[in-house]
Amino acid sequence: MANLPDSPSPLAPAAPPVSPAIQSPDRPVQTSLLRFELNGEAKTVAAPAHWTLLEILRYELRLTGTKQGCDKGDCGACTVQLDGKPVNSCLVLALDVQGRTVKTVEGLAVGGQPHPLQKSFDKRGAAQCGFCTPGMLMSAEALLRQKRARGDEGIETLEIAEALSGNLCRCTGYTKILSAVVDAWRDKP
Amino acid sequence: MSAPTTLSSPPFDVVGGDHAKLDAPDRLTGVAAFTDDITLPRMLHAKILRSPHAHARILSIDTTRAAALPGVVDVVVGSEMPLTYGVIPWTPDEQALATDKVRYVGDAVAAVAAIDEETANRALAFIDVHYEVLPALCDPREAMANTDVLIHEDNRHGNISKRVKLAFGEVDSALAAGDSEPGAHRIAGHYEFHGTTHAAIEPHCALAHFDTTGLLTVWSATQVPHYLHRELARVLELPTYRIRVIQPAVGGAFGGKSEPFDLEFVAARLAIKTGRPVKCLYTREEVFLAHRGRHPFSMDYETSVDADGRILAVSGETVLDGGAYSSFGLVTTYYSGQLLCSPYSFGAYRFHSTRVYTNKPACGPKRGHGSVQPRFAIEVQLDKAAHLLDMDPIALRRRNLLGANSTTINGFHIGSNGFAACLDAVEASSDWQTRRAKLPRGRGLGVAGSTYISGTNYCIYPTDLPQAAVQICLDRSGRVRLFTGASDIGQGSNTTLAVIAAEHLGVELADVRVIAADTDLCPVDLGAYSSRQTLMAGNAAIMAAQELGKKVRKAVADHWQCSPKVVTLAGRRAQRLDDPAVFIPIQDAFVLAETAFGTLGSVGHYNTPRSGVHGDYRGGTIGASPAYSFSAHVADVEVDVETGDVTVHHIWAAHDCGRALSPVLVEGQIEGSVYMGVAEALMEHHHVMPTGLGLEGEKEPGPWVSGLLAGSSLLDYPIPTTLDTPEISALIIEDPDPRGPFGAKEAGEGPLHPAIPAVVNAIYDAVGIRIDCLPVTPEKVLAALDALAAQKGSDDA
Ligand code: FES
Ligand code: FES
Repeated sequence: MANLPDSPSPLAPAAPPVSPAIQSPDRPVQTSLLRFELNGEAKTVAAPAHWTLLEILRYELRLTGTKQGCDKGDCGACTVQLDGKPVNSCLVLALDVQGRTVKTVEGLAVGGQPHPLQKSFDKRGAAQCGFCTPGMLMSAEALLRQKRARGDEGIETLEIAEALSGNLCRCTGYTKILSAVVDAWRDKP
Repeated sequence: MSAPTTLSSPPFDVVGGDHAKLDAPDRLTGVAAFTDDITLPRMLHAKILRSPHAHARILSIDTTRAAALPGVVDVVVGSEMPLTYGVIPWTPDEQALATDKVRYVGDAVAAVAAIDEETANRALAFIDVHYEVLPALCDPREAMANTDVLIHEDNRHGNISKRVKLAFGEVDSALAAGDSEPGAHRIAGHYEFHGTTHAAIEPHCALAHFDTTGLLTVWSATQVPHYLHRELARVLELPTYRIRVIQPAVGGAFGGKSEPFDLEFVAARLAIKTGRPVKCLYTREEVFLAHRGRHPFSMDYETSVDADGRILAVSGETVLDGGAYSSFGLVTTYYSGQLLCSPYSFGAYRFHSTRVYTNKPACGPKRGHGSVQPRFAIEVQLDKAAHLLDMDPIALRRRNLLGANSTTINGFHIGSNGFAACLDAVEASSDWQTRRAKLPRGRGLGVAGSTYISGTNYCIYPTDLPQAAVQICLDRSGRVRLFTGASDIGQGSNTTLAVIAAEHLGVELADVRVIAADTDLCPVDLGAYSSRQTLMAGNAAIMAAQELGKKVRKAVADHWQCSPKVVTLAGRRAQRLDDPAVFIPIQDAFVLAETAFGTLGSVGHYNTPRSGVHGDYRGGTIGASPAYSFSAHVADVEVDVETGDVTVHHIWAAHDCGRALSPVLVEGQIEGSVYMGVAEALMEHHHVMPTGLGLEGEKEPGPWVSGLLAGSSLLDYPIPTTLDTPEISALIIEDPDPRGPFGAKEAGEGPLHPAIPAVVNAIYDAVGIRIDCLPVTPEKVLAALDALAAQKGSDDA
C-alpha cells in the first residue's frame, strides 16, 4: 500500500499554482508543474492533475523499468521508493510527489555498478520473466537500507518475506528471490 | 529424428554449469522492453467494448456517436473481420469481434482507437449495441442436456465441444477383479477440479504498425508468434509475407498467451485503417476475462488394485467445462485421458471425456495442460488404495513402475524414465519413513507422482514441415549469433539454446547472442507450449552448431596439419586433444574458418520421430511425445482442526528432466511449478457465478445477471505472496533421454502436477479426511472433520 505522509516534507518548495488547462479533446484537464528529485536528478514535468506517479514515470518520462501489472494496488509491480520508502506508484497521485524524492529501478545501480541486489538476483536466477523484478528490488533495497541504518546484525527469512509480501511474483515461487536478498545482505553476491 | 545427439556424456564445458540467465541483467535494470514499454511516434491507443451479457444476440451496433468524439480516430466492428479462427484449425469458432452473438460476459464487440487511453475508454460508452438477451448456460451438465439453447448454433453436437472415448484392454473384467479377487480392492471416487487461471503479472498487450510498403508489424506479449502470425493472416486476409510478428520480452505466460486474442486483431485492423501505430493493453480485469485457464473437471474414477497393490484397471469419466469457445479444447479433451497412463503401469484402462460449451470465459491450456486435473484424481485414488491395503503409498507406487524403454497401455513409447529415482529422492530428503511415523495428529505427509510430455509429437496443424529450426552465424569477431523462432517467456529458452551453441562451438555463454521470436528474422518455431522448446529447438540448435563446429575444426586442423578429430573447441579456445599445449583463441579459429569457407552460417531443424512413438489407433497421436519427464513430490502439511486452515510447510519436489542444461533454470521451473500447484490446491478459484450476486431473492433473476466473474482482480483472485508459499526443495534427477539434446527433457510443466494430490494426501495423513473436491477450503475441512467425528461416534455407539 502507498505509504504517504500527511504533509509534504518541510524542505519541499510550495506547490506551484495550477497551470491553465491544457486542451484535451472534450474536456479541460488540469495540468500542474511538478518538481521532484528522480534518481538523483531534479525533474520538472507538466502533469495532468489526475495522473498517478506510475503514469508520469512510464508515459511522460518514459522510465519504463517500473511496471504496471494491475493499476490498482494489488500486485506491487509498480513499486518505487518515495522519500526512501517503497510505495505502489499506481496508488500515488503525481501531485503528491511535489518536492519529494523518487527512486526507480533505473536509479538502483551505484556508481555505474549494479547494486548488490541486482548482482545476487542475477546469480541466483531470481528473475525469470523479470516483470515483478523492478518492484521486488525496490522493496528489497528499502528493507536492507533500513536494516543497515538500524544496525541489525542478522537477517531472518520471515522479515524478508514480510517486506516483499506486497510484491507478487508468478514465476519463481519466491524461493530464489528470498535467497538473493540474503546474499545481498551478506554482500557476497 | 533429424538431429542426432552428440557430446552426450559429461564432462561438459557449459552444459550443466552454474550460469545465470543470459538476459537477466536487462530485466534487473529495467532496460528490457516488454510490449507496453514500446512507444511509436503518432501512436494511438485502442480499447475494446465487451459484452455485459453472458449470452445474447447482437441486434445492432452503432458506432456513430463514438466516432464523432474529439480525439477518437477510428472504430472497428466485427463485420470488418468476420472470418472465424481458432488456434486448433479443426475448431475455428471465434471471431476477432463478435458479429451475431456474444457468448460470455466480456466477449469483444467493438473497439475504438483514440489519441490516448482515456479518450478511447470514454468513447466505448458511446457505442450503441442492442442485444437480445438469451438464457445463459453456466453449468456444463445443464448445457450438455439442453438442446434448445445452443451456444454455437452451427455445432453439430449441441453444446458438446468434443467427446473422446478410448479403451485399452479388458476393462470391465479387470475392474471386477477388484471386487472378486481375494485381498483386492475396487475404489470409486468422485472428484471435482475447479477452474484456475494463469495470472501472469504482465497483462496482455499488442502494438501494431502498418507501414507504407504494406507490411503489418505486430508486437505482442504472446508465447506463440507463429500461430499468431497464421491467424492474423487468416482473419485480416493478408498473405503471411505481409505480416511480421515480434515477441518482445514477455512477463510470464504459463499457457495464458498461447493463442491469438482479440487485442492483436483489433490493434492490427485499426493500424491498417488509420495508418498510425495502435497499441492495446488489457486491464487486469480483461486478463481474467481472456482466461484460457485450467478447465473445471468433474471426474468419476474407478480403480482396481490386487492384493499386492498392482493396478488392475483404471476407468475415468470426465466432464470438462470448456467455456464459450474451443481454444485448445480438442487437445485438452484427449489429454484428460491420454496423459494418465504413465508413470504407472495399468492392467486395463478407459476414459470417456466430454468437453462442453458454457457461457463463461473460454478455458484452455494452463501449465500442465489437461493432465493436472486427472492426475489429482488418480493420485488420490492410489493413496486410498494404499490405505485400504495398509501399504506405504510410496511402496504402492514403486510396485507399479513402468520403467524405461517401455510402452504405456495406450501405446506411448517411454524412453528414459527417472521416476523410481524421483521417489527415492523425495523419500530420502523428506525423511519419509521416520518423520511420518512420528508426526502428531494435525500434521501429515503425502506423496504423489506424475509424468509430462516434452512437446507433442505433432504440430497442431497437419504438416510435415520442421517443428523447430535454428540458424547460427559466426564470424571474425569471435562471437556467435543464434536465430530462433522459440519464445522466451521467462523460462529461459534463449539461455538454453545459447548453452547448447556455446558447448558445441567452444565459446562462453556470454559470447552467444540470441535473436528470437521475430518472424522476419528467425526461422519458424511453433512456440512455447507443451514444454517443447528445450527438446525441439535444442535439437535444431545442435544440428546447426555441429555443422559450423565441423568447419571450424577442419580449418584449424588444416592449419595445424592434423586430423580434425584431434581438434576440440572449448573454453574460448581451439585445442589439440593429443597435445593440449597447442591451442589458439577461438576467435583465431573462427578467422581461419571464415578464411577457408567464406561467410559462416548454418541452419538446423528438428522434426519428431514418425515411428515408435505411439499406437496407431484414432487419436493415438495426441499426447504422444518424443520424451517424457517424471516427478514425485512429498508434502508436509499441517491442519488446524479448530479453524480448518491448512498450512503447507514444505514440499520436496524431485523432477527427472533428463539433463539439466542450466540447473539454476531447472530449479526455478520446479519451484515455480510447486508454488503454482499448491496455490491451486488451497487458494485460487477462477469462479464464474451461474447467477449474479445481489439479485438473489428477486422474483425474476434474469439471465442478464448470469456468468459474472467472481474475482477479476488480484485482490479478489488472490495468488500466493511470499508469506503463503511453502518451503520448496527442488531436487533435480537426470536420466538422459536419447531423444533429448544432451539428454534433456522438459522441466516447466511436469513438476506442477504432484503438488496438488501430495497436499491433499497429506491432509488425509494429518487428520484422516479426504477432500476430493478442490479447492481445499477451511469450510470443507471443517465439514469433513465433523463428518468424520459423526462417523466415529456412530461406529463407537
Ligand atoms: S500496478 Fe501498482 S500495484 Fe499493481
Ligand atoms: S519473475 Fe516473472 S513475475 Fe516474478
